[in-house]
Amino acid sequence: MMQEGLDDGPDFLSEEDRGSTLPNFKQNEFSVVRQHEEFIWLHDSFVENEEYAGYIIPPAPPRPDFDASREKLQKLGEGEGSMTKEEFTKMKQELEAEYLAIFKKTVAMHEVFLCRVAAHPVLRKDLNFHVFLEYNQDLSVRGKNKKEKLEDFFKNVVKSADGVLVAGVKDVDDFFEHEKTFLLEYHNRVKDASAKSDRMIRSHKNAADDINRIASSLYTLGTQDSTDLCKFFLKVSELFEKTRKIEARIAADEDLKLADLLKYYLRESQAAKDLLYRRSRALVDYENANKALDKARAKNRDVLQAETSQQLCCHKFEKISESAKQELIDFKTRRVAAFRKNLVELAELELKHAKGNLQLLQGCLGILKGNT
Amino acid sequence: MADADSDDGEDIFVSNSNPVSVSRGVSQPDRVTEEPSDLFSEEEEAASSTAAKANGVHSDDDNDLFADANVELSTDKSGSSARKEPSGPRHASSFTPSPAAMQPTSLEQLEEEEAKDSFDVDVAVTNPEKVGDGMNAYVAYKVSTRTSLPMFRSKVFSVRRRFSDFLGLYEKLSVKQSLHGCIIPPPPEKSVVGMTKVKVGMDDPSSVEFVERRRAALERYLQRVVSHPSLLQDPDVREFLEREDLPRAVNTQALSGAGFLKMINKASDAVNKMTIKMNESDTWFEDKFQEVENEEQQLRKLHVVVDSLVNHRKELCGNTAVFAKSLAMLGNSEDNTALSRALSQLAEVEDKMEQLHQEQAASDFFIFAELLGDYIRLLGAVRGCFDQRMRAWQRWQEAQSTLQKKREAEAKLLWANKPDKLQQAKEEITEWEARVTQYERDFDRIGMTVRKEVLRFEKEKAKDFKSQIIKYLEAMLQSQQRLIKFWEAFLPEAKAIA
Repeated sequence: MMQEGLDDGPDFLSEEDRGSTLPNFKQNEFSVVRQHEEFIWLHDSFVENEEYAGYIIPPAPPRPDFDASREKLQKLGEGEGSMTKEEFTKMKQELEAEYLAIFKKTVAMHEVFLCRVAAHPVLRKDLNFHVFLEYNQDLSVRGKNKKEKLEDFFKNVVKSADGVLVAGVKDVDDFFEHEKTFLLEYHNRVKDASAKSDRMIRSHKNAADDINRIASSLYTLGTQDSTDLCKFFLKVSELFEKTRKIEARIAADEDLKLADLLKYYLRESQAAKDLLYRRSRALVDYENANKALDKARAKNRDVLQAETSQQLCCHKFEKISESAKQELIDFKTRRVAAFRKNLVELAELELKHAKGNLQLLQGCLGILKGNT
Repeated sequence: MADADSDDGEDIFVSNSNPVSVSRGVSQPDRVTEEPSDLFSEEEEAASSTAAKANGVHSDDDNDLFADANVELSTDKSGSSARKEPSGPRHASSFTPSPAAMQPTSLEQLEEEEAKDSFDVDVAVTNPEKVGDGMNAYVAYKVSTRTSLPMFRSKVFSVRRRFSDFLGLYEKLSVKQSLHGCIIPPPPEKSVVGMTKVKVGMDDPSSVEFVERRRAALERYLQRVVSHPSLLQDPDVREFLEREDLPRAVNTQALSGAGFLKMINKASDAVNKMTIKMNESDTWFEDKFQEVENEEQQLRKLHVVVDSLVNHRKELCGNTAVFAKSLAMLGNSEDNTALSRALSQLAEVEDKMEQLHQEQAASDFFIFAELLGDYIRLLGAVRGCFDQRMRAWQRWQEAQSTLQKKREAEAKLLWANKPDKLQQAKEEITEWEARVTQYERDFDRIGMTVRKEVLRFEKEKAKDFKSQIIKYLEAMLQSQQRLIKFWEAFLPEAKAIA
């Protein structure tokens, strides 16, 4: 069943759509956005479903971001006159590789979303989910128009304000009280770490780009003549060319294993916070219903109505509490496992690349010193 | 005085472990010899494998000049080849005008002779100290020399010099020596911004970096000067190294603003505006000049990129530090114990990476970027000496045309029959004939010098680039080794997460 999902969902760009020539760029982006919105629709349908109030809703995949690539593409176009044909071709290839990498990452993140849904005992049975996976035609999910986006915006504002009020209510239950405090702090710190990891990795990529240009420049120097020094330059240029590929890979791996991990848990911790909010909301509703029932009994008016209402609120609250507890425990388990997996992989990759670099340097230095 | 300094001097050379100092012949950072004789032996080895010491070449030329000087081309360890004592900067007028004496030495012979000599002067620039206060403050550097050459008063000595003194030395040298077609090593650029910061206070990191950059650049500059055989003979150089109180250099205005290269380019423009175009019998000069121009351009491009790398690495450094702190905070709030510890460990690894990036950025800058900067200026100096040759040619041509005019004037006078004026005309003709001959010899001589200089320069450059780039790569290698240690230590922590 997941196979189907994998074929339909992330398959934004079939081979015909994505040409390797740059003029098709705009068209590709357009089709990605549309498909992405169908994922958002699915996610939102979960959020709006009262039945799922007691679950951590898997966070929606982020919008594909080709901005950085687009900027670089523009710069490339503008600078075409000022660079040699080799440089231009090289940069174009790099850009294409970068675009491909971002594309793959985006696909992976959408995939993760679907996998989380499929792994959830309740959500996997959702009807919309089935439709999403099986309906082999366009879902005709239109993106939210301006009015709806504005409504969403205000909803969020209200929710935040409400969230603050609700958060102020001290919970009798120690478990939830602890979770509330923990999640609040954790979420903020993950947010901070995520932003800073992004910046660090960007600098790393920039440095790798520079090494690339240095390699090109040394190559030009080396081809001026056939003296000893020129041969030396060529060898060093070759080294830098290889070494910068490794540096670029390091940045990419750090991005994947560290930055993306942090981003994901930023979103998950938000989803967990949302769950806590819903529970608190339900608690407040329950308490209000209790008060209303007491009042009704005192006045001996609409007692049955109040009783029904109170029972509903009680039921809702208890249902949410029960599943929320389990969800939060699962969240921690998942989190620890994910961090373990990614940190181990990160360390292994960093080691692999450092050893690769070391080998290259040793080899090159051996040759260079031997000839000097 | 010399004795009191000698200990100091030795310490300077022993502990001059700035890994980026470029010294002629002894370019290993761990130059840890105690006795002068060991220093010589190191240089001995280096000298035989490199060909930077061109004493022998000039001695050939000067055989005619100093017929009674006994010039020995020796490679023995005493190192004190009987040096000729020049009577001062060699002016054109002191040459015996006999073209026959100028045997064009074949290039192979030149190369052979260069390889034979050892080189016995080592200089270091250290201990920058701020002198004075406020806007009149300046930085004084200690310039230490160690040598076995008899022309110096002692074997080990040092003096204090300020930046304008170095510029002054350059001014004096370029006025005298460039007339002969020598490549005069250019000094580091002036920097108003940098110096103002230092005047205000020397403690912040950017001032510290500025002073260190300048110190290293001054050291390389001096080392290049003393390793040039004819420049070393110049009494101004000796005075600079030895004399306690050097009169303040006042004519450094020419080197203000965009500095040295601007000056060279102005001179080039003047040459380009020459109306009489030279007809080269030997394409060597044209080809070489083109090569030099191309190379300068390439190096500039490379320099720009390396600068960019330095900046990005510094950025990476800063961002890594910030990230490490953030990660530590995250680790604190994580409630799973093992994961919390792992995150703290990761934060420490990132902290160590920041350190690595810092060192790598320094290496990028001090080894690579400065090397490129130096050679961009040096190539400018090379262009400068080609221009000198052109000017010598121009002088010769002008003298020839003046002679021609004088002859025409004489002919006219013969026709007009004015005996007194005729006598004067004949005298002038003789004078100008002598000048033409002299200028032609000058031109030939400069041509030869330029060729030798360029040859020597190219060898130096190849050696310099190779040794510096190898140093740079070795620094990178060490970085990687440390990186591996960090991650190997972290991996078990990550695996321990449960």
